[in-house]
Formats: sequence, structure tokens, C-alpha cells
Amino acid sequence: MVRPLGFLVGLGFVAALLLSLVTTPLKNEPNVAYSFVKHPRHLKLASDGLMPHWDQAQLQRGMQVYKEVCSACHSLNLVAFRNIQDLGYTEGQVKSFAKGFQVPSVNPDTGEVATRDGLPSDHFPAPYANDVAARAANNNAIPPDLSLITKAREGGKDYIYSLLTGYQNPPANLPAELKPGTGLHYNPYFPNLNLAMAKPLSDGQVTYADGTKASVDQMAKDVTAFLVWTAEPKLVKRVQVGWAVFGFLLIFTVLTYLSYRNIWADKKH
Amino acid sequence: MSFPWAKNYEPQQPLMKWLDEKLPLPRLVYNAIGAGYPVPRNLNYFWNFGVLAGAALMIQIITGIILAMHYAANVGVAFNSVEHIIRDVNAGWFIRYAHMNGASMFFIVVYLHIFRGLYYGSYKAPREMVWLLGVVIFLLMMATAFMGYVLPWGQMSFWGAQVITGFFSAIPIVGEPVRQWLLGGFVPDNATLNRFFSLHYLLPFVILGVIILHIWALHIPGSNNPTGIEVKDEQDTVPFHPYYTAKDGFGLGIFLLVFVGLTFFSPNMLGHADNYIPANSLSTPAHIVPEWYFLPFYAILKAFTFNFLWIDAKLWGVIAMFASIALLFFLPWLDSSPVKSSTYRPLYRWFFWVLVADVLLLGWCGMQPAEQPWVILSQIGAIYYFAHFLIILPIVSRIERPLPMPNSITEAVLAKHADDKSAATA
Repeated sequence: MVRPLGFLVGLGFVAALLLSLVTTPLKNEPNVAYSFVKHPRHLKLASDGLMPHWDQAQLQRGMQVYKEVCSACHSLNLVAFRNIQDLGYTEGQVKSFAKGFQVPSVNPDTGEVATRDGLPSDHFPAPYANDVAARAANNNAIPPDLSLITKAREGGKDYIYSLLTGYQNPPANLPAELKPGTGLHYNPYFPNLNLAMAKPLSDGQVTYADGTKASVDQMAKDVTAFLVWTAEPKLVKRVQVGWAVFGFLLIFTVLTYLSYRNIWADKKH
Repeated sequence: MSFPWAKNYEPQQPLMKWLDEKLPLPRLVYNAIGAGYPVPRNLNYFWNFGVLAGAALMIQIITGIILAMHYAANVGVAFNSVEHIIRDVNAGWFIRYAHMNGASMFFIVVYLHIFRGLYYGSYKAPREMVWLLGVVIFLLMMATAFMGYVLPWGQMSFWGAQVITGFFSAIPIVGEPVRQWLLGGFVPDNATLNRFFSLHYLLPFVILGVIILHIWALHIPGSNNPTGIEVKDEQDTVPFHPYYTAKDGFGLGIFLLVFVGLTFFSPNMLGHADNYIPANSLSTPAHIVPEWYFLPFYAILKAFTFNFLWIDAKLWGVIAMFASIALLFFLPWLDSSPVKSSTYRPLYRWFFWVLVADVLLLGWCGMQPAEQPWVILSQIGAIYYFAHFLIILPIVSRIERPLPMPNSITEAVLAKHADDKSAATA
């Protein structure tokens, strides 16, 4: 009974699929934007690969770029001041760095909304009080939080680096409907080609304490390296622990293999 | 319930004797996975995956319980509580990534376990009940994995929940009310997240219970083996312990090496970037894609584009997707061949490998946007999937002439060794 019924059900599915197959057009709707979107350029960082480390000097420069440029519009909600000890700052430096920020608070006497000096346990304060304010100030587009940005976009750090360095004039053969509208800026690395963020970096925009020349490319690399750290502060530790665990398990596996061979030695199988 | 030559548990120590009289739990373990369970001597490495699936479940339960200590199932804080686990909880990054990749490892070993059963006919009499319980476990796993993926409350969590609960709205008349009842609202929201968390914590223990039934049902006929010939006498078997505990120990080592490789060196490889964006009901991701282990079924869902027999294409897709798993319940009766192992089934063997390639093709198509050539490939893939189980398999099992088979497991083993020897001396 199962087989004849199954046969009929099978025929039903096959018929529905065959009809779907013959009625689906074989040609795709042409998507012109595809031909203009560029694949991200590769960015090599010290934190890549199977032997990663943090380039602390680069992370410090990157944090400076975030603080002096990006933080005007973008929050970094998940990162606390205490976390930047990973970047090579001492506890004292972290304290005074935190003190340089005003964070939302309440007046302890009156209960009114107020601000106070930042503490190492505070997180980086957001530039806008809420989404409405962020929208109003940015042509109706909310600047995304950057804490996880290198993990939250296809292409990861390569995409962020390419986007920051990829602003250019629209090519002459760009169809009119793909040209940037008012308040939009052309960038071939952005999936929609036009984004609300204006070119954020220009040569010499920050002055690095270590004397590194602040070219657009250098600042883009540095801030991307910093955002790789904010997205995954445990990355280096994770890989290091991984090798220890891997080594331990390798020995375990060799031992279990030898005991398996030993136990089965007298048994044909 | 076992073979007459199975070893009997004889406790030596006074404490174990005392315990055996009051509560024979060690006896149960001894008979289930100890020296008291005789197993065919010729199992190959594909028989490791049952134990590995059990290990994967235990890893998921242990890491999951720890995660639940730090996670908060509230739409306001769920996303950040997962980041809190990664950033602030001691070794939280390890627990979280282990749980996330543990789900993938669980599905990898279970898929290999299922395909092992398909190749060697483990679903056939006298093991139909083992297979049926296995399909129940597979369904429970899928439900658990889906609800677990919603918990971090990222974009793919939210939109995945939206799409998958949307299947129910394809049902005529009652569909939309059922969907709202399941979600506890019109869209996935706090009520959804809370119930999914509750069920995600519950279902693994239901799976554990069904696994106990699965093993119980297995121990009545005993394990299948690569020849598919039933055990005839004592020389066909070895005690599970130490022979297969040793072999499974080695298998576990390999499994953990792969698991560690994923967890520590590339923990986000199998995930989606979009799930690191907090859920936003006003912004739909460009491509909503489920986790890799659902992709073949997702491709079947999307393959139906024609309103056939007054049934909406969307409803066809949903019915077909559920049917693609439900038909596994009927497999022991769809395949009428008395021969289990594909080693002796010259015709079925080919169709088995076509099915493997077909499921991989469907998985690949499931990942792609709804564009050609992926649509037509998933339609062809889905046609073969249903035809394989419902049309080809019943016919093949009727017309196929099996190859000559050895009389017993031991004869097969000794013949294999004789071949090896003559090959070595020649």
C-alpha cells in the first residue's frame, strides 16, 4: 500500500516541479548595478592567519582615527574604556583617557539629567542621544554602530578598508538611475553604489603621535585594524588557546589510535 | 534482548555488588555500551558517527547550560548579552563559539550517520523502529537548531524566524492564525524570543530521551554491519568494550580535532555576517539564507514556482519541504529489497551516489539568490530527490538482481583477508 501511494505522491511532486521548471524564464532580469560593484581589496593585518598578534601601535593609531573622525557620527557601544588596555595603555592612561569623555548621568542631588567624567568601566559614549537625532543629523540614514562592523559585513575588514578608500567620481558610463542622488556619494565597494556617508578621510586629517604619515590609505588601514579588534577583542587569545588545545588533542588522538590498533591486533575485521 | 553469548555483568567489588542488588545501573551501562553488548566484528569507520552524534549532543547540552547562565531572552538585551558572553564572561568566547559550531558538528555527524544507514540498509527489517526514532531525532534537532539560531536576535535570527514561521501562513484559512499563535504576535517579538528560548532549552532533553529509545530499539536486533548479513554466531561479534570503545575513542579524537579547528581558528566561517547586526524589523537583509544544514530543504521550498492543481506555489513548496523529510518515515517500506548492504546491490548503489550528489547540489542551490541557473538546478535537484525515494527506489528494489553474498560476517571477513594476502603475495 505504501509503494503505490508513494508512487502517486512522487508523480504529483515531479509534475508540479516540471511545470515550475518549464514556466520559469531562463534569463535573469538584467542587474546593471552588478557590473559597477567592485570586489573588496585585500587588507593584510597582523591579526590575520594562524599566528596572529595585535599590532598595538597600529591599534592606537586606529583608535585615534576613530576618536577624531568616525566618532562624530558613529557609536562604539560595545567597547568599554577598560578594554583599551589591550592596545598597550596602562591603567593610569586608561583612567585619564576615560576622564576626557563626558558620559550621560544624573545629578546625585537633584536627580536631573546630567553628565559626568568617564570612568574605565564606562563604554564609549554615543554621538547621538537616540535614533531620531541620528537620522535627523544624517540625511535620514542612521550611522551604524561600529563595534562589530568588521564582522557584520560581507567581506569583513577588506570591505571596510575598501569602502573607506574607495570614494571616487561616478564613471561616465554610469546609467542615470544609478547616479548618486542628493546627499549621496558614489562608492563602487558599496552594494548599492551610493551611500549617505560622505568621504570621511582626507590626507593629513589626523596628526599621529608616532610620526606616521597620515595618508588616507594609512588611516583607513589603521582604523580598520582597530575595528577588527573592537569586533573580536579575544581573537589573538582564541587562536593561541586553539593551538594548545589542538596539540593536546593531537596527542590524545595518536594515543587512542595506538590503543585501538593494540586492542584489535588479534582480531581480523 | 541480546545474543545468548553476551557477557554477563558480574561485579567483583562489594560496593558494586551492593549497588547491583539495589539499583542495577552499572549493569544497564555494561549491557548497553560495555562488554555486555556483542557487536559485529566488521564495522567500518562509518559506524563511528552514532557515538559521535551522542558526544555532540552532550557538548551542546553542557555549553548550552553555561550560556543560559549568562544569556537574557529579552529583545532589548538579547543581542548585547551574547556579546557580553563573548567579551566579558571568563572563557565565554570559547563557550559561545563551541556551542555555535557544535551545532554544525552535530549536523555533520548526523548527516553522515543517516547516509551510512541509507547505504548499508540499516533502516530495513529488523531495524525499522531504530530508523523511525532516528527520523524523530532529526526533526527535533532541526526544530532545536532553528530556535537556537533565533536567540542571538541578530538580523538573520529575526528574518529567519519571520520566514520559517511564515511557512504556516501558506496553509489555507487557518494558516495566518496558526502563525500568529506560534509567534505570540504579528511578527517575531519578545513573546517569540521567550518561548523559543524555553523550547530550545527543553528539546535537547527530549532528544536525549528519544536517543535512549533509539539505542534501546537498536539493542534488540543488534547493530547492522557493512555486509548487511545478520549475526549468526559468536565468532561474528566482538564485545563493544573494549573493541568499539577503543575505535570510537579514536573517532572522537578526529571529531574533536575538526571541532577545535572550527571553533578556535574560524568560528564564523559557517555563520552569516548579517547576524552580527541587531534585529531590525524595518530593514530586510538582501539575502535571507538559513544555516547550511537546512539549505537542501530550503532549495526544495524555493523550487516550486507554479500554481499546480489549484494549490498555490508557496503551499506546494511548504508541503514538499515537509514531505521531503516525512517520506523518510516510509523508507523501510518503500525499499522492498531483502538485501541491506549496497555492496551487494549493483543498481541501487548508483542511485545512492546520485542522491548524495543531488543533496549536495540542492544545498549549493539553497545558498544562492533566486536567479538562474540556480532555480532550474534546484528544480532538477528536487525532482530527483522525490523521484529517488518515491519512484526509483521501489522499482529498483523490485528489478535489481543482488550480487552473491557470503554466508556469514566471519566468512566475509576471512575472504577479505584472503584477498588482501593473495594481493600482497602476487
